[in-house]
Amino acid sequence: MDTSVQKHVLENGLTVLLKPIAHTPLVSWRVMYRVGSRNEQTGQTGISHWVEHMMFKGTPDFPGDQLDRMIDREGGYWNAHTFMDFTAYFETMPADRIDLALRLEADRMVNAIFEPDEVARERTVIISERQGSENSPLFWLREEVSAAAFRVHPYHHEIIGDMADLHTMTRDDLYNHYRRYYTPNNAVAVAVGSFDPARMLNRIRELYGSIPPGDPPPPVTRTEPEQVGERRVRVERPGQTTFLIYAYKSPAATDPDWFKLAVLASVLGGPSLLGGAAIDNKTSRLYRALVLSGLAADVQLSFYPTIDPYLFSIYVTLREDSDPSAVEAALEEELSRIRQQPISPAELEKAIKQARALFAYSTEGVTGQGFWLAFCENFDSYEWFERYVERLSAVTVDDVQTAAQQYLIPQRRTVGWYIPTGTAEGAQA
Amino acid sequence: MTPQNPIPGPDDIVRRELDNGIVVLARENFTAQSVVISGLLPAGAIFDTPEQLGRAAFTAEALLYGTENRDFAAIHEALEGIGAELGFNVGVHSCGFGGKSLAEDLPTLLDLLQDTLRHPVFPADHVERLRGEIMTGLQIREHDTRHRADRAFHELAYPPEHPYHYTSDGTLETIPAITRDMLADFHRQHYGPQGMIVVVVGAVKAEAAIDAVAAALGGWHKPDQPTPPELPALQPLTDIRRQDVIVPGKTQSDIVLGAPGPARKDPDFHAARLANSILGLFGMMGRLGKNVREEQGLAYYAYSLVDGGIGPGPWRVMAGVNPANVERAVESILAEIRRLTSEPVSEEDLADNKAYTTGRLPLQLESNEGVASAILRMERHQLGLDYLRRYPDIINALTADDLLAAARKYLKPDAYALAVAGPGSNGE
Repeated sequence: MDTSVQKHVLENGLTVLLKPIAHTPLVSWRVMYRVGSRNEQTGQTGISHWVEHMMFKGTPDFPGDQLDRMIDREGGYWNAHTFMDFTAYFETMPADRIDLALRLEADRMVNAIFEPDEVARERTVIISERQGSENSPLFWLREEVSAAAFRVHPYHHEIIGDMADLHTMTRDDLYNHYRRYYTPNNAVAVAVGSFDPARMLNRIRELYGSIPPGDPPPPVTRTEPEQVGERRVRVERPGQTTFLIYAYKSPAATDPDWFKLAVLASVLGGPSLLGGAAIDNKTSRLYRALVLSGLAADVQLSFYPTIDPYLFSIYVTLREDSDPSAVEAALEEELSRIRQQPISPAELEKAIKQARALFAYSTEGVTGQGFWLAFCENFDSYEWFERYVERLSAVTVDDVQTAAQQYLIPQRRTVGWYIPTGTAEGAQA
Repeated sequence: MTPQNPIPGPDDIVRRELDNGIVVLARENFTAQSVVISGLLPAGAIFDTPEQLGRAAFTAEALLYGTENRDFAAIHEALEGIGAELGFNVGVHSCGFGGKSLAEDLPTLLDLLQDTLRHPVFPADHVERLRGEIMTGLQIREHDTRHRADRAFHELAYPPEHPYHYTSDGTLETIPAITRDMLADFHRQHYGPQGMIVVVVGAVKAEAAIDAVAAALGGWHKPDQPTPPELPALQPLTDIRRQDVIVPGKTQSDIVLGAPGPARKDPDFHAARLANSILGLFGMMGRLGKNVREEQGLAYYAYSLVDGGIGPGPWRVMAGVNPANVERAVESILAEIRRLTSEPVSEEDLADNKAYTTGRLPLQLESNEGVASAILRMERHQLGLDYLRRYPDIINALTADDLLAAARKYLKPDAYALAVAGPGSNGE
């Protein structure tokens, strides 16, 4: 069986990627819409995520109270996620049951109901979801750092949305968002697993080919102006642990510098695959400088591909006895070192080997492969994923130093501190 | 050859018992270039006294901080340099381990496993640093409402003389008192090959994988290795026990409600699991999800689990709700428990949940990790290598009366433990 990816574009604009894989009993089907919190306006923050929730409330042919049962009964798994740049729905099913997923996604591309009572009930569920996130100190800090880093661009707000908007958005707001963005010409559909590509493509044409295309969605025009100085925010809330975020403005995934920063991220904070699967980072420079030195309990680095320029973020969990200024000094010293001296060839080689291993781990399952193909097709092309290790391997030690000098400078960063204010707590029988 | 049957069984799992007692199992999968190892040995928190809570977990974490052959940097350079991962995780009954690497690096991964298991030296400076990290983690958890509710639930549902009363990770009070020598002593006493299981799954020939494990660990002997103590007998709950934990500054309350459930070996384990699927899993969190989330919009999550391990782990419902809705959510959860324990499930619910439970097997076995943990469970609970192939027959033989009897035995609307952690009833 030919296991390379086939790409087709139907007449209505739907992009279809097919990756057949032998030796699996499963097929994963994914429909990804090119809409996320990046496409949201003030007053409607969180609308993409709320629409995602409403897509599980059913259509006339697939009633909401039956949907979960239908998937579960067939031994399938389904879910959805809303990200800054996309909203994706997937089902992974035994291969002979995948037709249910194909029919269901075609149907809810156009026929979701958005019944007003369901919208009202879901409002409290979504508010509860946000409240659950608010129980985490890092949610508060990340929200403040993003808001400070992006004054103009919609990466400013959290995917869950601002509480004010969650209280005021209407059923019609949600439905209009759905109609505007859920069109075949604004979607990528991906099948990975055990199937015959010609038959699969025919079935996709049958189910999706007659869905009319929509108007092209409005482009995101609010480009973030260049940052010209360090920004600082503080969150002061109950807790006992201090957290620090250093977030540097970083390039979009299609910028040639992205791969240089990916190597830089691996050397500084440890390897991760496009911000996803990761292994331990105890030999990374920042772990050695901050954790091995006894200043911090943990350090993590977050950097992943996005449509528009986003953030290269360092997260530090301080030890209780640590002096925050000493932590910042140690962090700045490491960042200064990587700007001033090239990394060693061994560090570069290690980063590439780690990427190769993480890439192999990510291809064990059909669900993960479906995710990566759709994810990369959204901001560039599925080939971006297939060529990931190769393009990382082309990065030189000089590239890494140049990227550090260009991007990891104080003028481009937003610094956030979470300062715990108290410990009063207790149990009442 | 890559196995054609997606469900592992006796024809594609190779099992060998080494002379020193270690049981090794392997299954091939050449679809990706990776390999995973998964296993356990009986060095769990069951050996901890209440005053030394966290000693077993601290010991396991410190294994990777230095050996007679490698210092901290060398261990992690060896692992991370090849993109491999190795970690230890302690529960009540055992110390589990897991690792993964490219297939070509399996010998390196196994050498690191044997070195850290057999020859750790617990360097004093690293132990102190690790202690600081553990304390920071425990402090973060003190403000984590899900964790606080679950911990309080265990303290209510299990008496102080039972190991399930305690958290295996230790507490802010016990961790400072555990010395470096106590870790070394615990390792000396309890780490050995008896009762150890190692599973290898991935792009390596099964016989070669077993030979590699034998080469790494076959020479380990420990004649005086103690066997874990029996769990004390546990009386069912006879009353309602409730604790409200106040965690300031939170906007959501987390609820845990339930009671001790069946052990994995109990004859009604499968009936309890299937009843639980109806209560809190099937079709987006079962009846609980439908009632609490869909119909009332009270919670982002509401689901239930049957642990079913070596001992009587809990059967519990978990939900996250607005603080103002705690009592309504608890009442709804109890209403569903009353229903599950008073009337047989419908034929439709029974058929749906059987199809769900058996139909999901291929999905659960999609990754190497999924296959490795399934094989580990089969060996640990002595289910037989044909267990996964027999599984559909086991589930399909269950009746509505079996489910009702299991639900009635373990869940009682007038005898349960309930823990709520959040900001308090007024939201502050």
